[in-house]
Amino acid sequence: MTTSPPHHAVTARSAGGERTGHPAIQFAGVRKQYLSHGEAVPAVKSLDLSIAQGEFFSLLGPSGCGKTTTMRMIAGFEAPTTGRVFLDGKDVTGVAANKRDVNMVFQSYALFPHLNVLQNVSFGLERKKVGKAEIRRRVGEILEIVSLTGMEKRHPREMSGGQQQRVALARALVNHPRALLLDEPLGALDLKLRQQMQIELKRIQREVGITFVYVTHDQGEALTMSDRIAVMNAGLIEQLGTPREIYEKPATRFVAGFIGTSNIVDGRVSRVENGWAVLDVGPGERIVAPVPGSVRAGQGIEVSVRPEKIGLHRTAPLQAAGSVLAGTVTEVVYHGTSTNYTVATSAGSDFVVFDQNAHDAEDVASRGERVFLTWAPQHSYPIGV
Amino acid sequence: MNRVKRTLAPYLLVLPGGLWLLLFFVVPMVTMFSLSLQQGDIINGYRFTGHWQNYLDAITDYRVQLIRSLVYGLITTVALIVMSFPVAYWIAFYGGRRKPTYLFLVLLPFFVSFVLRTISWRQILTDDGMLLHPLKEAGLLSPGFHILGTPYAVIFGLIYNFLPFMVLPIYVALERIDPRVVEAARDLYAAPMTVFRRVVFPLALPGVFAGVLMTFVPASSDYVNSGVLGSSSTTMIGQVVQAQALANSNYPMASALSFFLMAVLLTGVFAYARVLGTEDVMNAAAR
Ligand SMILES: Nc1ncnc2c1ncn2[C@@H]1O[C@H](COP(=O)(O)OP(=O)(O)O)[C@@H](O)[C@H]1O
Ligand SMILES: [Mg+2]
Repeated sequence: MTTSPPHHAVTARSAGGERTGHPAIQFAGVRKQYLSHGEAVPAVKSLDLSIAQGEFFSLLGPSGCGKTTTMRMIAGFEAPTTGRVFLDGKDVTGVAANKRDVNMVFQSYALFPHLNVLQNVSFGLERKKVGKAEIRRRVGEILEIVSLTGMEKRHPREMSGGQQQRVALARALVNHPRALLLDEPLGALDLKLRQQMQIELKRIQREVGITFVYVTHDQGEALTMSDRIAVMNAGLIEQLGTPREIYEKPATRFVAGFIGTSNIVDGRVSRVENGWAVLDVGPGERIVAPVPGSVRAGQGIEVSVRPEKIGLHRTAPLQAAGSVLAGTVTEVVYHGTSTNYTVATSAGSDFVVFDQNAHDAEDVASRGERVFLTWAPQHSYPIGV
Repeated sequence: MNRVKRTLAPYLLVLPGGLWLLLFFVVPMVTMFSLSLQQGDIINGYRFTGHWQNYLDAITDYRVQLIRSLVYGLITTVALIVMSFPVAYWIAFYGGRRKPTYLFLVLLPFFVSFVLRTISWRQILTDDGMLLHPLKEAGLLSPGFHILGTPYAVIFGLIYNFLPFMVLPIYVALERIDPRVVEAARDLYAAPMTVFRRVVFPLALPGVFAGVLMTFVPASSDYVNSGVLGSSSTTMIGQVVQAQALANSNYPMASALSFFLMAVLLTGVFAYARVLGTEDVMNAAAR
């Protein structure tokens, strides 16, 4: 597991606007198992994590990997089996959900069906005994932010999915919580609305400056919205980093496969020159990858390369500093902005290549044709070394 | 041809039940109503004379029993709500995989005849029965103490007999509440009691409403419990109707009493629905 700090300084503006210096959320040695039919089901195996104030933080992973469980431990609906949870530097491990200054947006929205929009959104402030005039002001303000002004008297059943989603968001945000927890909040919306809401959410987060913890299994969503992403698998964080780091430098084979499309080659290092490992594949064919100093000739490594970094040529490149592989095109799929080629290579695995349809009206190669793949040395990324 | 079939289909589906209701509900209702406005006696026969005086007589003669029935019905219903809610709540939220078992246990008494169970209550409550005898022996109760024949015995019986009719609809309403909605209330700073008051109870109201309909109406017009467990001082209107119809053969009086009771109950129920804004609550819960 590799961890890295936020790649840019996030404004440490918390709910009240004061700076606290503590991380918004912290997990220390947290493990969570459920008891189901008398058997222990590990949901989160080991979690040490620190989320900064004002950060847009995503938990990304396949279904069942423990995202919701992690979220519910922040909200206070589940207690960790071992370990502690901190909010704003305070240990809240044993604190009830209604006494925690965080709010959740549920995937199913969980709006109060018997209350109208105004009553739904005021619910939290009323519990906190905020004055009537202040409630009216803040509810009006938040309804404007989520573009629901004029719908105060509607009941949830009289609203579309997208509108209900915004009510759920407003109902949480109006309380100015220390952190907003969103569990796959856009999962129930259609594609168009989802993309619209992604932009909307990002704008709202910038506007209110509250820490967002965002659970999703959609890698595109996580990449476009987050400051940092934790990629989870089977109850563990596989990699923690910025979207760029996660995409360009996947730490594990799982991450490389889960985020976007990756070509992964298993090989043996032939020699190491100035921090570059060279893997000789055949005559005129090789893979070049940057490696840490610990890597030695003869060692087996995995190298990943993204499909859009690869160039596809009909003739052998004359002199290339980077990787070169020969192969045969087995599939050509036209995608409008790009054409995707599948190429059987001598490196042992099929490669996928995305070729931008920038200039040519013609395909570079057709099925069965012999081609050469090239990519720059820095676009190879060794996994797990 | 097909079109005709399709348009007719819904009506055909209604036909069996509709005919049944027409035959055994509407027809007797009309006959009974006509009967309530007749005059005469059993020997010379009754004739329709539009005799509204029957209603006035019924109300003046049996005012006490009418009021008593409504009061018993009301006490029973309130007691049922208070007793059933925790049971239904517990089964719905803590029943886990055993829910069907618990529901079956609630329904189990139904497998024994209503009258038989009420008679066995009489055995239990009798002055020297299994309940009072040991207490009197122990000197905890005076030898003259008795329950049977008092309003308490009748109301106990009513509560006992109608309990499942209140538990089940409340259970159904509670069961339909999305647990995430309850969590959302917790998340929005509501303490457990507030969650109950502001979210769980309002969402269970349609169930309470259904339960009230299913208990208040039959409990108010019940004649078995007072007959078996009560005395002449607990006589309910159901018993009067029964006596007028079967013993005195005063059919007009029995009919007039029945219709008056029906009118009172319907008025009460509609007023109650208005106050609760039931339509709104029902719509909310139907989602
Ligand atoms: N209440 C529960 N009882 C038993 N097992 C549970 C419970 N909730 C979740 N699990 C299990 O814990 C694991 C993680 O679940 P979850 O956190 O919901 O994953 P995700 O949100 O990533 O899909 C899964 O294997 C799931 O089956
Ligand atoms: Mg989940």
